[in-house]
Amino acid sequence: MTLDPVLLSRLQWAWVIAWHILLPAFTIGLASYIAVLEGLYFFTGWEIWYRISAFWTRIFAVSFGMGVVSGIIMPFQFGTNWSRFTDAAGDVISPLLAYEGLMAFFLEAGFLGVLLFGRRLVPSWVHFFAALMVAFGTLLSSFWILATNSWMQTPQGYTLVGGRFQPADWSAIIFSPSFPYRFMHNVNGFYITTAFVVMGVGAWLLRRGRASDDARMMVRMALDLLIILVPLQIFLGDQHGLNTLEHQPAKLAAIEGRYDTVQPTPLTLFGIPDDAAATMRDAIEIPDLGSLILTHSWNGVIRGLKEWPADQRPPVGPPFFAFRVMVGIALIMLVVTVTGQVLRVRGRLWDAVWFLRVCQWVAPLGFVAVVSGWVTTEVGRQPWTVYGLLRTADSVSPSLTGADVATSLALYVVVYLIMFPTGIAVMAGLARHGPQAQDVQPEIVESGRPTRPFERAARAGSEP
Amino acid sequence: MVLDLVPIWTALLALAVFYYVVFDGFDLGVGILYGLVRSETDRRVVMNSVVPIWDGNETWLVFGGLGLLVAFPLAFAIIIPAVYFPLLIMLLALVFRGVAFEFRFKHPTMQRFWEGAFSGGSIVATFAQGIVLGTFIQGFKVDGRHFAGTSFDWVGPFPLAIGLALIFGYSLLGAAWLVLKTQGHLQEWARQIGTVSLILVLAAIIGVSIWTPISNADIARRWFSWPNSGLLAPVPIITALIAVGEWYALRQRQHDLLPFVGATGLFLMSFIGIAISLWPMIVPYHYTLWEAASSASTQAFMLIGTLFLLPIILMYTGWSYWVFRGKVSETLGYH
Repeated sequence: MTLDPVLLSRLQWAWVIAWHILLPAFTIGLASYIAVLEGLYFFTGWEIWYRISAFWTRIFAVSFGMGVVSGIIMPFQFGTNWSRFTDAAGDVISPLLAYEGLMAFFLEAGFLGVLLFGRRLVPSWVHFFAALMVAFGTLLSSFWILATNSWMQTPQGYTLVGGRFQPADWSAIIFSPSFPYRFMHNVNGFYITTAFVVMGVGAWLLRRGRASDDARMMVRMALDLLIILVPLQIFLGDQHGLNTLEHQPAKLAAIEGRYDTVQPTPLTLFGIPDDAAATMRDAIEIPDLGSLILTHSWNGVIRGLKEWPADQRPPVGPPFFAFRVMVGIALIMLVVTVTGQVLRVRGRLWDAVWFLRVCQWVAPLGFVAVVSGWVTTEVGRQPWTVYGLLRTADSVSPSLTGADVATSLALYVVVYLIMFPTGIAVMAGLARHGPQAQDVQPEIVESGRPTRPFERAARAGSEP
Repeated sequence: MVLDLVPIWTALLALAVFYYVVFDGFDLGVGILYGLVRSETDRRVVMNSVVPIWDGNETWLVFGGLGLLVAFPLAFAIIIPAVYFPLLIMLLALVFRGVAFEFRFKHPTMQRFWEGAFSGGSIVATFAQGIVLGTFIQGFKVDGRHFAGTSFDWVGPFPLAIGLALIFGYSLLGAAWLVLKTQGHLQEWARQIGTVSLILVLAAIIGVSIWTPISNADIARRWFSWPNSGLLAPVPIITALIAVGEWYALRQRQHDLLPFVGATGLFLMSFIGIAISLWPMIVPYHYTLWEAASSASTQAFMLIGTLFLLPIILMYTGWSYWVFRGKVSETLGYH
């Protein structure tokens, strides 16, 4: 068996980014949550907001730190493994990536320190402002990264000169057709992911009888947010799908597991895709429903993959299954959210131990949904890096051998399997510790500045 | 008429790289020397001297990488795959070293392991950076717009020697930083280890200055043909003066800041020397800065944001160094 540098480079990219994406999925939501809590504390002065905010800020510090460490790896991947893509598209996408770096950098330099340990060193409005700026900064980060990704999915605003993309219209490049949908769908998904984590941690604390007021507030706030965001996410996902149908019909066909064009189109609930034979085995289908969901009419037509040459079709398996995982999780989330609200209206939420247990189980589901959605959209883009224009096989660094990439991938796997479990264990330890009535204040060092985030967080977590 | 932004971006990139080398250089250097410190108290002081600022320093690596990508994407696309493994090892070493700061205190049982990760990661990352620099000076095999060599072209005496030289260089910076931040017996030790590092650095500078022109005729012509040798004479002369000054700064126990200034000066002169040798190449010896530049539109679009945000970042960074000024105390540390 020969090692294929293209496939291995894709696996390496998938490995480093799949771990990395979990952190922004959490920190973006958490930064906004902390900003809201800080705002509530600033305007009401109630201690409870302060306690919850301080609790989540400790966890945020660890998550943000890991996000930075795993994020430093990412820009270099473009050069090490995807140098031909970089040469072809560098003029267009590099400023978007660099703006992300610059703004994240600015955010870290300017406001994170104040948020993490400045509470006693700056006026309270400055601390609130810092929380707002950190939240704004994380949103700006996702703005630029998703703008880059969206341009690769639905490129526009460029001219092709000698096989290389040259910028022609920056606002067209940034606001490419799939960008608004992708941005809203992603950020909303990140918020939902975080809200389920907050609810799960709150439920756990309640079941242990720890910090009950704070834990109830966490569950209430999460439920109130989710009853709006989960249905909104289903709507946004539908809109994103319509956008994909318009701009990336082959990806949509793969998501739907549709090889043949049939009008009206049935909805394939499940099946075993066979790309070689271009057929869906053991398919369970509902007649006409595909047309209704995807075109919003009973008679709309979805083009099957056979309308594209075999070398322009994405593989069906990963997007087909990942999409179903994502939608399945969305439905579970909807049921949990509605159940929670019903229990709450009936005044039985805090007695329903079974529901609190369910909240714990579903807490990590958002992360699974984020990674599934990402697999759907990225594998669905294949076989292209720049959709319809630059092939993935033509994007990889020509100097790499399969053995080179196998070696680097193995090293990334080993290192990440040490880093991430350790970091997750640190965060879980902080969560178990719960909010503190008298929150541990940062120690002041000789020069008048407090300690660093991880240590302070770690110490707070290890105290009895 | 479109304004030529290449000189501006060249200056910005040079600034970012030099800033990174000096500032992450000293905290990597502190990591390199960490393994030589014996007592537990001293180790804590040594580590605490860089704890508040190391991550800010490291961010400049991303800044430099992205700056190269934006301004000279062709150089990024050729150089980065050529140093595939040194870069991989450097990134992973930096990750280990970075989390070692944090996990050292969280895992008292694993403290030995994370201390090893801190000093080992610093040494490996520095060595890998030196290899990248050495490979860069050595030049790349290029076919059209692609790197045409193998992922092991960096394996050679010159890049490995530069890797070793950079370990000495960062040790000098680290020792100079410790002279600034510590006192008593620890500072005395830093002065001694700094002197040893200085001797090794000077040997490395002399060695590289002989080796490079011998192996590259163009570089030899640039330095040793008239009138260049006259015009460029200040470079070795000033370097020698700084070296003498650094020697006295380390030995005379008068100034705590001067050794760091001197070490920075030696790095600056080496940096200028390399720039003179390679100018105007960004992909030695195939593409010039202008040939590898991104479109004027790309450079202009990025320059707007950079010129707005960079001064703010520099101001904040300066302020944070001001806040953490003064000696690191043994008792009032971070833990």
